[in-house]
Amino acid sequence: MITAGADVGSKTVKVVILKDGKIAGKGIAIAGLEAEGAWENAWADALKEAGISRNDINKTVATGARLKEVKGFDEEMSMVTADAMAMHKLNPEIKTVLDVGAEEGRAIKVDKDGKVSDFAVNEKCAAGAGAFMEAMSRAMQVSIEQFGEEALKSTANLPINAQCAVFAESEVVSLVHEETPRPDICKAVCDGVSDRLASMARRVVVEPKVAFVGGAAKGMGLRRSLKEALELTEVYFPDDIEFVAAYGCALKAAE
Amino acid sequence: MGIYKTEPLKCWGKAKELRLGVYEGIKKARDNGTMIVAGGTESAIALPAGFDMDFLGGEPYGASCAFAGIQDPSWNRGLMEASEAASYPRDMCAYMRIGIGSLLSDKFVFGGKYPVPTFNLQTHICDTHGKWYQIMSDIEGVPYNCVDYVPYEWETENESEESKRLKRVYMKDQMLDVIDWMEKVSGKKFDDEKFINAVNWECESTSLWAQCCMVNQAIPAVMDEKMMYSLYIIAVLMRQQKAAVEFYKVLLDELKDRAARGIAAFENEKFRMIHDSQPPWHNLQIFRYLEQFGAVSIGAHYSFSLSGGWAYDKEQDKYLPAKAPKEAGVTLKTREEACDWYSEWLLAYQTLLRSLRYSGRGKHKRIQDIIDNWKIDGMMIHLNRGCEGTAVGQMELRRYLADRGIPALTYEGNLADVREFDLERTIDKIDTFMETVGLTKIAK
Ligand code: SF4
Repeated sequence: MITAGADVGSKTVKVVILKDGKIAGKGIAIAGLEAEGAWENAWADALKEAGISRNDINKTVATGARLKEVKGFDEEMSMVTADAMAMHKLNPEIKTVLDVGAEEGRAIKVDKDGKVSDFAVNEKCAAGAGAFMEAMSRAMQVSIEQFGEEALKSTANLPINAQCAVFAESEVVSLVHEETPRPDICKAVCDGVSDRLASMARRVVVEPKVAFVGGAAKGMGLRRSLKEALELTEVYFPDDIEFVAAYGCALKAAE
Repeated sequence: MGIYKTEPLKCWGKAKELRLGVYEGIKKARDNGTMIVAGGTESAIALPAGFDMDFLGGEPYGASCAFAGIQDPSWNRGLMEASEAASYPRDMCAYMRIGIGSLLSDKFVFGGKYPVPTFNLQTHICDTHGKWYQIMSDIEGVPYNCVDYVPYEWETENESEESKRLKRVYMKDQMLDVIDWMEKVSGKKFDDEKFINAVNWECESTSLWAQCCMVNQAIPAVMDEKMMYSLYIIAVLMRQQKAAVEFYKVLLDELKDRAARGIAAFENEKFRMIHDSQPPWHNLQIFRYLEQFGAVSIGAHYSFSLSGGWAYDKEQDKYLPAKAPKEAGVTLKTREEACDWYSEWLLAYQTLLRSLRYSGRGKHKRIQDIIDNWKIDGMMIHLNRGCEGTAVGQMELRRYLADRGIPALTYEGNLADVREFDLERTIDKIDTFMETVGLTKIAK
């Protein structure tokens, strides 16, 4: 059986193709103002890697904030359930999943059967989401990957107090004007975002093992800060961290 | 065809007539220059009832403006912007901002100019309450007074009798002072008999509303929360009047009859929910949306207690409708006795107002009581940016529910400021929540 899962996120579209339960192809494309083009591109890459055509797919399940902008899937599911299904398959010991996408952070409690027992989503403020990290890396004139590496160089504890992304950015600007070393600012941003994520995660009661997924989870600085904020000794970072929700959708399609 | 039978409430029309009658009375008083008293509806509104007056309550008025804003945004965004233009910031109570906007714009949502009262009388219960009407008075140029209100602690805290006595005396003495003050600033004579009647009726009507809420323990529920909004409002607006007592007696009979006949508020009730905090008045359709999944909100600590009198029964370890003076075998004869009883009623039995002050164990116990006795499957918590009072302890409550595996959904919004509510995102959260509790949309 061949199934597909797709995650039409605010910033990127991800497609995963499963052939008899194994990943046969993946595709990712940046969605600009129109998600449709990215949808087609992500599909093209995934199909090419799997060496099949769209007609070979038995069923497609999709999720994501911009799902309404695309056509060509059979069923939809929530990001929360998609993440839970995927993580349970990847590591059945995972009890808590933190997913930080471009515009939203989610904390998900997963029961022993891989079902969602509770979830929390960050509310309107972007300060707990990937878009904020990106804005900050632009402000620091480094790539998002370099931003994390810079943060790892610092051990300073500079507080960013604002709960709002707009005010947090102005705090960063003040730190720049005070000629604070770049690594310290990068770490302060990672710590600030982690604090917000951690307080959201505590709403669902964080239980190990914990997995950290989503685009922002690629950042090494944020990984370290989050681990510290939640006082965890171990956090699980799956391979293909951005594809987790799409993988969950493909699993659902195969059910 | 649903699982249960349903039918409209017979006293629906009467509720509407009474509600609109309150505002018609205020308009008439404004036009004829007779006495209007304004303040929060959680004020001790039986106090000014010692005069012939019409009472304008700030919270239901704010909710009416927010609701009117669905058709005409000038009543919502427009009034908010008017208060912001006068430098009142967005993080303040949204009812207060909408009220200030209405006053500054000199527009009354029920028609004509804003009705300036003879004086404002407020209680001080949340961070905003006292200041709200102090500011209104400054703008209106009318006298202002405020009764400080320190509710008894929740039962979980074992407050000493001496502490309660002191609070009761403190409130009673303030009430007696306020009566003298009202006579002075209005130049009118306070009628003790009218006041005593108002205290009796306020206690009776709020006890009757609590009894109505008790009937909702039935499966299926006889009222959903949307209905409650139109029913508890009578007590919010005019609980100190005999007409409110009469209305709730009729309603109680009708609800009991519905329960006996298995008449549901919602024909497909499968998943019973409660809500926390005031709803976003401008977007009540979220409650209808729940119904697509067979879920229905059948109440809230807020809707039960805003105008409900609830007493903790130690033996049964439950909250039950509090006994009004007559039922308790008490005859109020003097102004002092009425002030004393009235203080006790507000401090001991207005449980919503306790939760504006005290978070933690007590509120959790009351919510658990509702979950157990009203057979609740899940909770919906409005993280309400427009009300700092009901926001007290919301995240602790979220954690309490999570620790006990009780499904809970949080969504962010604002009771009156439509700019702070994201319908799409809220719907998205409801979809996710329903998926996690295993509910799918009912096929039409
Ligand atoms: S309790 Fe809420 S709505 Fe009432 S005055 Fe306080 S902040 Fe405003």
